[in-house]
Amino acid sequence: MLRPTASLIAIALLATPVAAQAPLPFEPRSGRDFMAPETQAMQADDASNPGMLWVLQGAELWDRKAGRSNQSCAGCHGEAASMRGVAARYPALDPASGKPIDLAGRINQCRAERQDAPSLARESDEMLALATFVAHQSRGLPIAPPTEPGLDPFRETGRQIFTTRMGQLDLACANCHDDHWQGRLAGSAVTQAHPTAYPIYRLEWQGVGSLQRRMRNCMVGVRAQPFAAGSDELVALELYLMQRAAGMALETPGVRP
Amino acid sequence: MTKALVSVPKAAKRGDIVDIRAMIAHPMETGYRMGANGVAIPRRIITRFVCTYGGGEVFAADFSPAVSANPFVSFSLRAAESGPVGFAWTDDQGETVTASAEIAVS
Repeated sequence: MLRPTASLIAIALLATPVAAQAPLPFEPRSGRDFMAPETQAMQADDASNPGMLWVLQGAELWDRKAGRSNQSCAGCHGEAASMRGVAARYPALDPASGKPIDLAGRINQCRAERQDAPSLARESDEMLALATFVAHQSRGLPIAPPTEPGLDPFRETGRQIFTTRMGQLDLACANCHDDHWQGRLAGSAVTQAHPTAYPIYRLEWQGVGSLQRRMRNCMVGVRAQPFAAGSDELVALELYLMQRAAGMALETPGVRP
Repeated sequence: MTKALVSVPKAAKRGDIVDIRAMIAHPMETGYRMGANGVAIPRRIITRFVCTYGGGEVFAADFSPAVSANPFVSFSLRAAESGPVGFAWTDDQGETVTASAEIAVS
């Protein structure tokens, strides 16, 4: 009697595309819900949200000509409103390489191929300002990950990284963010790890930082060797996290403790 | 990157008490930190913040190294006359950044 059951499961597994992740076993909650009311108020008011300083700088860079082509972002893309919805679907499939590319990677690709300008370092003020400015255009939109089947293997890699134990503390992302998100770690809320507000202004950093910085930060926390910034592993992890948070509203620029 | 964000109500009644908020992008480097290879990072902080309105100084603050990066200041003013509310931040290298916003008082 075991045999038919087993084959049914096998068929079910085959028929389920990797992208159609099982729904989370809990109601998704943004990291904002775990913050103190004062910090929530800081994020909600654009006049007190320090992330808006980066948005302001990004708006200036958007119109500034760069590189040997003497083109600005606005030269091709026009008004920044044309970027509405873009951050909600990144990382996206890059047809040239067949691999997913995140927003920062896409900005640098644009600089290299269209502007003929030097790449921006991932955590530089310029890159963070541009990424924050572009992501800010999608504020309030639901996260809508792309459905191309070409992304599925990378999403699966991301899921595997999320659920694989690592580091001297031998913890996977899922051990905290799936199993113990209601708990606290040294006084801080653990949270469900949804990338809804990136790039974020983190009070601890006294500045804006990317999702990859946050993930590397967590890896150092479990005493693992962090993946390199911009590496395939981190982009795959970003891809998985965006899928995990599909439908949640973007908040960029978020403020976090 | 020196950018300032100020918030002043566009309109107010004479005698109203209005909330003013001002924020500036600044590293507020304390001078107590070490960078790569143990080299001290030189101190760079804003030392003075001044708000002017109606031809005079209405609010001022001296900042110390304990003030966070990208300092945010919030205070109240009594609306007296229409005109610009000016803000100026001066750092210890003598550099001054200014911003201003108009208020219409009826």
